[in-house]
Amino acid sequence: MQVSITVNGQQRTDEVEPRLLLAHYLRETCGLTATNIGCDSTSCGACTVVVDGLSVKSCTVLAAQADGAQVTTLEGLAGSDGELHPVQAAFRAEHGLQCGFCTSGMVMAAIGVLADNPDPTDREVREGLEGNLCRCTGYHNIVRAVRTAAQAGPAAGQVPQAQEVVQ
Amino acid sequence: MIPAPFEYVKVASVDEALSALAEHGEDAKLLAGGHSLLPIMKLRLAIPSALIDISGIADLSYVRVEGDGADAIVAIGAGTRHYELERDEVARAEVPMLPHVAGRVGDPQVRHRGTIGGTTAHSDPASDLPTALLALGGTVVLQGPGGRREVPVTEFWTGFFETAMSPDEMVVELRVPRTGSTGWGYEKFTRRENDWPIVAAAAVGSRGGGAGGPLRVALANMAGTVLRATATEEALAGGASIAEAAELADQGTSPGADMHADADYRRHLARLLTRRALETAAGAA
Repeated sequence: MQVSITVNGQQRTDEVEPRLLLAHYLRETCGLTATNIGCDSTSCGACTVVVDGLSVKSCTVLAAQADGAQVTTLEGLAGSDGELHPVQAAFRAEHGLQCGFCTSGMVMAAIGVLADNPDPTDREVREGLEGNLCRCTGYHNIVRAVRTAAQAGPAAGQVPQAQEVVQ
Repeated sequence: MIPAPFEYVKVASVDEALSALAEHGEDAKLLAGGHSLLPIMKLRLAIPSALIDISGIADLSYVRVEGDGADAIVAIGAGTRHYELERDEVARAEVPMLPHVAGRVGDPQVRHRGTIGGTTAHSDPASDLPTALLALGGTVVLQGPGGRREVPVTEFWTGFFETAMSPDEMVVELRVPRTGSTGWGYEKFTRRENDWPIVAAAAVGSRGGGAGGPLRVALANMAGTVLRATATEEALAGGASIAEAAELADQGTSPGADMHADADYRRHLARLLTRRALETAAGAA
C-alpha cells in the first residue's frame, strides 16, 4: 500500500507493507535512526515520536496509521543552522543522559510534557515521563533538564514546522 | 517483532466498518488505537487476516449527557481516546471516576492512542476502564447488520478476551449513569506506574442509595474477566462496616499467578484495595 507522511516537515510517499511499524518505517525507509527500538512492547518509550502533535510509541503504531500525518522525530528538532531545540540544549547542559539510548524518546516525550504543562514540578515531570525508562537510572538529571528547558518558554513544548504539541 | 501479514482497510463511517466486517469475515479485526491489538499481533498471539482501521471515524469521539435528573446518562463515543476522556469537562463533572481512571491507563503516549471502545471490546481482565465501567453500571452499545443493541456491562465481558459481541458487530458507545457528586474510589496496584494493574478495585455509590445508587465494587485481574465483588456489596447492603465487607472482596474470585504475584497475594490485594476504595468513596460522599 502507499502512504503519504510528512516527516520532519518533508512530505514523502512510500510503498509499504501494511504490517510495517512506524518505528521501522522511520529507521529503515526514511533512514532516521535517532528513534530507537528498546523493549519493542510499548513499555520503554525509546521509540517515542510526535504524530500530529501527540507523543506516541512508534513501535506500536503502523506506518499505515500515520498516512496523512505529520511526524516529528529527534532529527527534526534542531534548526537548519544546527541550533538545538530548547529541550535538547537542556539535556546537554544538565547532563540528562548517560549511555544515550533512551534520550531520543525522553526528549520527544519531554516536549509533550512541556506542551501540557509549561512549568512542571519535579513530580509532574516524573509523572509525565512515566512511559519512558532509563536503564542507566539517570532520572535525576533528566528531570532537571526538563525543568531547565521549561525556562526557555513556549518553544520548549513545541516541535518545529509550526506543529502544535498537545498532550 | 513484526506482525504476520494482513490486509489493511481504512473506513470513514460505522456503516463502512460493518460492511468491511461482513466482507472479511471472522478473521478480521477492528483497529482503533491499536494499543491492545498490535502488541499481541507482534507476539503472533493474534493473526487477523484483515485490519479494519476505524480511527478515522470522526463522529465516534464524544462525551455528552442525555436526559436529566436521576435518569441522566453519560454517553461516550467508542472512539474517544483516553487522553480526551481524561480532560473532558463534561465527564469530569458528571461521572468523575471515568476521567480519573482514563488518566491511570498506561502512560501519556498510550493514552494518546488507546480508546474506551477498544479496551471494552478487548476484554482483558486487567484493564482499568472496564473495571470502572463495571462498577458504574450502564450498557455497551453495539451496532451490527441488524441495527443497534445495548448489552448491560454486567453481561458484556464473558471471558478472557471474550465478550457478548458477535463478530459482525462493533462497539459504538458506552452509556453510564450520571453519578455527579456521589462518592467513588479507584485503587490500582502496580510495580511500575505504566503497568497493567496486578489488582485494582473501583468503588462507587453510597450507603443510602440515592442518585448514585448503592455501593458497588468491581475488581480487575481477579478472574478471567473484570468482576463485581458481590459478597462485599451484599455485606454493605446488610449493614456491615467497610472493614468487615472488604474482608469478603476475594470471595467468588479465581485469581491467577504470574511473576508479579501469586494467587494468595492477589486475594490480599483485592481485600486491601477494596477497603481503601470504599473508604475513599465514603469520605467523598
